[in-house]
Amino acid sequence: MRPHLEVENLDFAYDSEPILKNISLSIEKGDFIGLIGPNGSGKSTLLKLMGGILNCPDNAIRINEHPINAINKKKLARAITWVPQEHPMVFPYTIQEIVLMGRHPYLPPLSFEGEEDYTIARKAMETTQTLQFSDRYFNEISGGEKQRVMLASAITQEPEVMLLDEPTSALDLKYQVQILNILNQLNEEKNITLILAMHDLNLASRYCRRLILLNDGAIVCDGTPEEVLKKEIIENVYGVNVSLHNLDGDILVHPITNHS
Amino acid sequence: MNMSITMVRYSYKMTLVIFLLLFMATLCVTPLIGSTSINIANALSGGIHAQNNLDANILFQVRLPRILLGALAGAALSVAGAVFQALLRNDLAAPFTLGVSSGAALGAVLAIVLNLNISILGFPMVSLFSFLGALGAIFLVFSLVKTRHGEFPTSILLLAGVTANFFFAAMVMFLHYISDFGQSFRIIRWLMGGLDITDYQTVLSIAPMVFLGIGLLVYVGRDLNLISTGVHSATSRGVDVPRTQRIGFITASLITGIVVSITGPIGFVGLIVPHIARLFVGSDLRILIPVSMLFGASFLIICDTVARTIIAPTEIPVGIITAMLGGPFFVWLLKRKKQA
Repeated sequence: MRPHLEVENLDFAYDSEPILKNISLSIEKGDFIGLIGPNGSGKSTLLKLMGGILNCPDNAIRINEHPINAINKKKLARAITWVPQEHPMVFPYTIQEIVLMGRHPYLPPLSFEGEEDYTIARKAMETTQTLQFSDRYFNEISGGEKQRVMLASAITQEPEVMLLDEPTSALDLKYQVQILNILNQLNEEKNITLILAMHDLNLASRYCRRLILLNDGAIVCDGTPEEVLKKEIIENVYGVNVSLHNLDGDILVHPITNHS
Repeated sequence: MNMSITMVRYSYKMTLVIFLLLFMATLCVTPLIGSTSINIANALSGGIHAQNNLDANILFQVRLPRILLGALAGAALSVAGAVFQALLRNDLAAPFTLGVSSGAALGAVLAIVLNLNISILGFPMVSLFSFLGALGAIFLVFSLVKTRHGEFPTSILLLAGVTANFFFAAMVMFLHYISDFGQSFRIIRWLMGGLDITDYQTVLSIAPMVFLGIGLLVYVGRDLNLISTGVHSATSRGVDVPRTQRIGFITASLITGIVVSITGPIGFVGLIVPHIARLFVGSDLRILIPVSMLFGASFLIICDTVARTIIAPTEIPVGIITAMLGGPFFVWLLKRKKQA
């Protein structure tokens, strides 16, 4: 089977500061991938490159065998979407307006959303349980609700691949689980390929089928949670002593602190 | 899940019709108001070119071109303000934020100090110099800020705009300081802005550019919406961000420069009208741009009507009225909105 998304020998630098070094990845359709690693390891940059937000070197990233830097922006947006960690909003847009913005790559200039676009947006809002406050303003809702609205907007974009930059980092436990359950549902029902940058190793191991560990701009380890979450690897990359536990097949990573 | 909840479909056409009616009403009523009362029937019986009909002269040669210039200026400044606010993701941005008006002022003041009193193609030198000044400011600010990928980082753009404003203002002050009394009066008068010196020729020659610009901005309206929610997420929704920024910044600056070169800097309209329009129709620029255009046109015409009648026969520069009338009106709207 041909890979869905492919990264080949990708180097990337801001000015002359190298951020990513010789990254190669092969991602299948329907993968559920957690991108883990310390702050500054290059997770966000890799996601932005895969999403076409930063310009990547020629032919280094391909979707369905097409180099993403050569694809028209609207066409690329129908295949890949990217959801940022935070959503600062200056102007009072309603939730409905934000969700409908996901239809942008399908609409010609000067047009308004039609019946079909509304149907797609309504379904996405049902999936993310945001329909009940569709007429409220984005700035009035809670962080967990905002993240669900942005997810609804991304679903409305009908992408094959969703890239999410720390979708749960700013949320409490209930909302973390809620967001990940919605993502899991999208992955199972629509076969959407998911790549999540994550900090919480335990949630990553609980939900993702594949983990990619980045450190200092390079891939340290790539495999199932069992293969990646190993004591010596984690201790080496994060510089923290940990103990690993197995709970019903999920791996729990627990930091060892002086007072424990 | 409550299935009875549905999404509301907003009636764009209805909104536009309401604001169009407001504009038409303004356009019909304000020419009849003025320091000299005119006989409408008599004025209309003569037609535009009636020589010996005083009522017709006042209506068609004095008031109407001035009102049409007010409509154009109000429309252009308001639309430019809405677009600048979206592109800079800053609700304090205005058409003058990036130095366009201070560049225009420098050009105008230069022409006044050099005593260039001739006209070319019907435009006085002051207007031409002022437009060149606006163009120079646009070119300077954008070429300073543009990055390798052709994007405009907004924080640096704001800083460059503020710096340009101070720089041009200093040059204007310098020229003002070395000017004589006659020039000094003309400089002050220009800097206050106004719609008083105009004719149909001026209105007709700037109208196509202004309409073309507004049309282009409406065309990229949905792209501007997305940019106003963040440049990265806009890119991920398929917006060509550098292209939209170029179209938006340059077009909004140009229509501002065109208008300011004729009227001088009329403050407050470009800042406040988009906010007022947003209170009525929301933030979607596909509707906000046309509504800002219609409301801005009506607003400036009404302010100018007050300016030329309130202490008649003396006329006040309209910029004084836009701020004195618009400020309290905006505060009242905000308070009412909060209570609702």
